[in-house]
Amino acid sequence: MPLDIYLNVAAGGILAGLVYGLMALGLSVIFGMVRVVNFAHGEMMAIAMYLALLAFGLFGVDPLLMIVPCAAVLFGFGYVLQGALINRFITRPEHSQFLLMVAIAIIITNIQLIAFGPDARSVQTPYAFDSYQLGRLIVDADKLYGAIAALIVAAALFAFFRFTRTGTAIRACADNYTGAQIVGLNVKRLYALTFGLGCACVGAAGAILMVSADVTPQFGPIATLQAFVIVIAGGLGSMVGALLGGVLIGLTAAMAGLLFTPSAKAMFVYGILVLVLLFLPQGIMGKKPS
Amino acid sequence: MSPIIARLTGGVPRRALILLGLFVLFMLIAPALVGDYLLTVLILVLYFAYIGQAWNIMMGFAGQLSLGHALYVGLGAYTAAALYVHFGIGPWLGLLVAVPVAVLAGAVIGFLAFRFRVAGVYFAILTIAVAEFARVGFDHLSWTSGSSGLFLPVAQYTHNDLWHLRGHPAMFYYVMLAATILVFIGSRLILKSRLGYYCLAIREDEQAARASGINTFRYKMYAVMISAGMTSFAGVFYAFYYNNLFPEQVFSIGRSIEIILAPLVGGVGTLIGPVFGAFVLQGLAEGLHALLDTFGVDIPGIKHVFFGVVLLVVVIALPEGIWPWIARRLGLAERN
Repeated sequence: MPLDIYLNVAAGGILAGLVYGLMALGLSVIFGMVRVVNFAHGEMMAIAMYLALLAFGLFGVDPLLMIVPCAAVLFGFGYVLQGALINRFITRPEHSQFLLMVAIAIIITNIQLIAFGPDARSVQTPYAFDSYQLGRLIVDADKLYGAIAALIVAAALFAFFRFTRTGTAIRACADNYTGAQIVGLNVKRLYALTFGLGCACVGAAGAILMVSADVTPQFGPIATLQAFVIVIAGGLGSMVGALLGGVLIGLTAAMAGLLFTPSAKAMFVYGILVLVLLFLPQGIMGKKPS
Repeated sequence: MSPIIARLTGGVPRRALILLGLFVLFMLIAPALVGDYLLTVLILVLYFAYIGQAWNIMMGFAGQLSLGHALYVGLGAYTAAALYVHFGIGPWLGLLVAVPVAVLAGAVIGFLAFRFRVAGVYFAILTIAVAEFARVGFDHLSWTSGSSGLFLPVAQYTHNDLWHLRGHPAMFYYVMLAATILVFIGSRLILKSRLGYYCLAIREDEQAARASGINTFRYKMYAVMISAGMTSFAGVFYAFYYNNLFPEQVFSIGRSIEIILAPLVGGVGTLIGPVFGAFVLQGLAEGLHALLDTFGVDIPGIKHVFFGVVLLVVVIALPEGIWPWIARRLGLAERN
């Protein structure tokens, strides 16, 4: 029945979109709290993907078990990067921060190119062809596991910002930079922590994505753009918006792939970006600019 | 002195003019001095100097950060190449179509962005997205052979055919040199005209510029359209120099980033910056290559890691770029 096909593809798109949402969540956290535009975001995800690939190739570790190690490595990377470099750029003009991240992105992508070559690499998990049937709906096992993992990581991040003292302190810094300094918060350290957490998100997303996607060094820049599209669609700085934006983009890409040709689906994603920028610049969940 | 000459040279220290003249002279006789390999490197340097100069009009003059300039290169390249392959129309006539196509693309992006107040980071993302859109679009455009690539017929040429841009690298060198000199002079004239001053005012403080009665929308549009049109010539050159076009390569994000390295390293908003930056980057890369060669190491792709490192160092240590820093020390900076 044709309706079933649409439903299945839509479900697949939503599940994949949650993983993209997790990637974009990292970007949104970094922008919302630190006010830095991480133009090396997708490149960082590619680092996590290659880590998961190496772990699988060398020790046969399932990428889903690499979520925590990848997140930890990327956390460290982000923490050091923010502490050593980006903190000095907080007061520089926006495009200057942007170009700093561009430089870092160039370096990451080309080191990956030297280390791994330009070919697409993938991981073959034992459950790659498994699927679950829920009524008339058939979903791929790898996508379902990935989406569940993405939701768990996202929930953990929400809980951190909502319920821990450190999370509250970070939100305080974002609300009022000077005020946070006055009450004695170590803003630089909190910024480094936040940047690290954003990178940890994208690290987790990278490990999850490795289950169902190929990785190439050129994937980094494109993933960066996708993360921006999602975050802009969801509303820059909104955490719920990032997940919703991810689902929207995942769904759009899946349906476009079904209705037109899969290789052209990116055009529809960029089409959404243009529409959002023009008609809904604050995004789905974003606040109206004051 | 005629007013144009005065506009070109006014305020520039004499020694800077003399140095510039000597430099142009050197570039004119360079093909006789260097070997075939260095000649191709110099062509690459001029190519990046030219595009950097064109990009600079948008970012350096009017303050609009485009990270998708590969779009205009690609449109120029594909338009001219397709006209040549399908209808036998030569590159110079093709230019008459390629430039308007690129200007139109720039105008559409500019109109949407500036009308709907898409600015800063959002504007940069928009430019990347449109270039990516074009990349995927050209992958599916059968008129230009889609993702399997568009090839220009290549044969052994006994003489240089300037009209069809077929021949020895030295001919391509002089074409690019002439273009670079023209775009340099053009940029200087723009910078010293009403258009240039308005653009600078918009770059420094757009609200203040609008408050002073400048139609900021119109002048930002001019900057984008001029920049796009100039950039498209580099695309036409690219098509006829390399003879093959793949959407994957021509429109990729990496290309757009490569384009902006020279002006960023040399000095955004300066006229010498893009040229200087192109020389510094390619020169250092060739030096690195030679150095690695003597140790017997060959790491393909190390050049781009190195470009990233140079950009990183410049952004951290000399955010204005290298040239303004040097010019101040050597007394070559323009007096106001």
